Amino acid sequence: MQQVFQRPKSLKDVQTHFCPGCHHGTIHRLVADAMDLYGVQDRTIGVASVGCSVFLYGYFDIDVVEAPHGRAPAVATGVKRARPDSFVFTYQGDGDLAAIGTAEIIHAANRGEDITVVFVNNTTYGMTGGQMAPTTLVGQKTSTSPYGRDKSKDGSPIRMAELLAQLGGVAYSARVAVDSPKHVLEAKKVIREAFGYQAQGKGFSFVEVLSACPTNWGMNPLKANARVGEEMIPYFPLGVFKKEEA
Amino acid sequence: MSKRLFVKGNEAAAMGAVEAGCRYYFGYPITPQSDIPEYLSRVLPGLNGEFIQAESEIGAINMLLGASATGARAMTSSSSPGISLKQEGISYMAGAELPGVIINISRSGPGLGGIDASQSDYFQCVKGGGHGGYHIPVLAPNSVQEMYDLTMHAFDLADRYRTPVMLLGDSVIGQMKEALIPNPRPATELPAKGWEVRGKGGAEQRVVKSLFLGDGELEAHNWHLHAKYQVMKEKECISEEYETADACLIVAGFGSVSRIAHTAVTMARAEGMKVGLFRPVTLFPFPEKALAQAAGRAGKVLVVELNTGQMVEDVRLSVGAAAQVSFYGRPPGAGSLPSPEELLEVIRKNYDESAR
Repeated sequence: MQQVFQRPKSLKDVQTHFCPGCHHGTIHRLVADAMDLYGVQDRTIGVASVGCSVFLYGYFDIDVVEAPHGRAPAVATGVKRARPDSFVFTYQGDGDLAAIGTAEIIHAANRGEDITVVFVNNTTYGMTGGQMAPTTLVGQKTSTSPYGRDKSKDGSPIRMAELLAQLGGVAYSARVAVDSPKHVLEAKKVIREAFGYQAQGKGFSFVEVLSACPTNWGMNPLKANARVGEEMIPYFPLGVFKKEEA
Repeated sequence: MSKRLFVKGNEAAAMGAVEAGCRYYFGYPITPQSDIPEYLSRVLPGLNGEFIQAESEIGAINMLLGASATGARAMTSSSSPGISLKQEGISYMAGAELPGVIINISRSGPGLGGIDASQSDYFQCVKGGGHGGYHIPVLAPNSVQEMYDLTMHAFDLADRYRTPVMLLGDSVIGQMKEALIPNPRPATELPAKGWEVRGKGGAEQRVVKSLFLGDGELEAHNWHLHAKYQVMKEKECISEEYETADACLIVAGFGSVSRIAHTAVTMARAEGMKVGLFRPVTLFPFPEKALAQAAGRAGKVLVVELNTGQMVEDVRLSVGAAAQVSFYGRPPGAGSLPSPEELLEVIRKNYDESAR
């Protein structure tokens, strides 16, 4: 009998701590799939950031460095410059990358560091209990925007994939979602493409993944999954915003 | 036999780093240490190394963290306000037990303060600086030669104890020019690494981290770090003594002010006063035992610092009841550096006439 589906080699055979309906598990799987595709597991150094995904060393079977909050792109820069033969990616949430780590991501991208950044946008701070993030939608209620995000006081949600696409050092910038089988397949293709840029030494690649956080959104998994398509995608359009030609 | 050079203290430190095998430097411009990134931006590319002018001090210390996690010898440098920004990364490096060298050519504060010679960051450097109750070795050179020699030593200490190490100077030590003999790096036995990330290559996964959530894990980790600090206190104290054998008064000072004190002590000796100088070279670990011995013989210690009193606390803890401790301090700022004559006057006031 032919086996047609299995756990990626780069992923450990363990249960995750993620909440029911959380998309981190799916995104981990897609990242592991891309590592397997290029056969880079043995020379990959992952950089974990502060947030729910900090435990990624428990799930990916690769060497990992843990970064301070928001600093993963700077840590990844140090790793890659000292070991240019390694394959380096960061995995960061929206509070980490788009608030406290804004300087680090913009400048790593602008220098064109030969790394890949996986950016998980779920419009909230997950680990700390659902506070307002820089990606929280206008009107969205969180534990620190109890009356809803007010554009006049809190500003508008930041579209990172489009913002980074403006920078000269960026070879690839895209946004995907994992709320439907179709979107998961597209995300798989895009993440593979982003990793491919690094595998070929072509510079900085960035993938933003829209993700559900049922626990902090106060929704069941099905409703949270539906919200990604109904509320997030209209504001955070899917697509490839920059793709340097090979 | 090495040639004799005439260079700035900052350049000497950068040269010492290169001689120690450092090939990765990450920094951000700030006076009075910018000679260090300027020198290394010229030299490292030719040595197959990497120089990055980071987006911020925070970026620089985290690049150091990343490079160090791969087992490479790497360094950053800055001055007081920039060191404040680096404290986050230094704490993470201390927690994850990552080696790395941080040169701090300190300036005066608080706030933007000024760029004058200063020792007002003794507490920040010696007592941890960032969150979490750690220590890092702190070396305090007082000459251009020591800027070179102690930078090499800092890299060895960092690797031996898996810890960030700080070299603490100021604008006097960093900016002055003196003769330097750029000796080759001394041979040292260092422990094998084996903890560095490298891409697992089919072997066991390696993780460099400072998060410990398991029951009892973090307490055990903190006791492990504490035990390392105890070993450092036993093995790594460095101090220098001048005319202390028969002294009735010991002047204690580190770094730039120790040079002024040295002249003042020589002048006091010429007047017939039995005065000596004790200079801690390691500020952490503090040379408690050597100081206690010298102070116990003399019975009296005069601490001189370019601040309102910081190292004096460690002097008091070291000497206990064995000696009387007095303090003379000059908070940093333009025009506040004491002259040898001024220190001589302070020595006269503190010198017990009956001891003559």
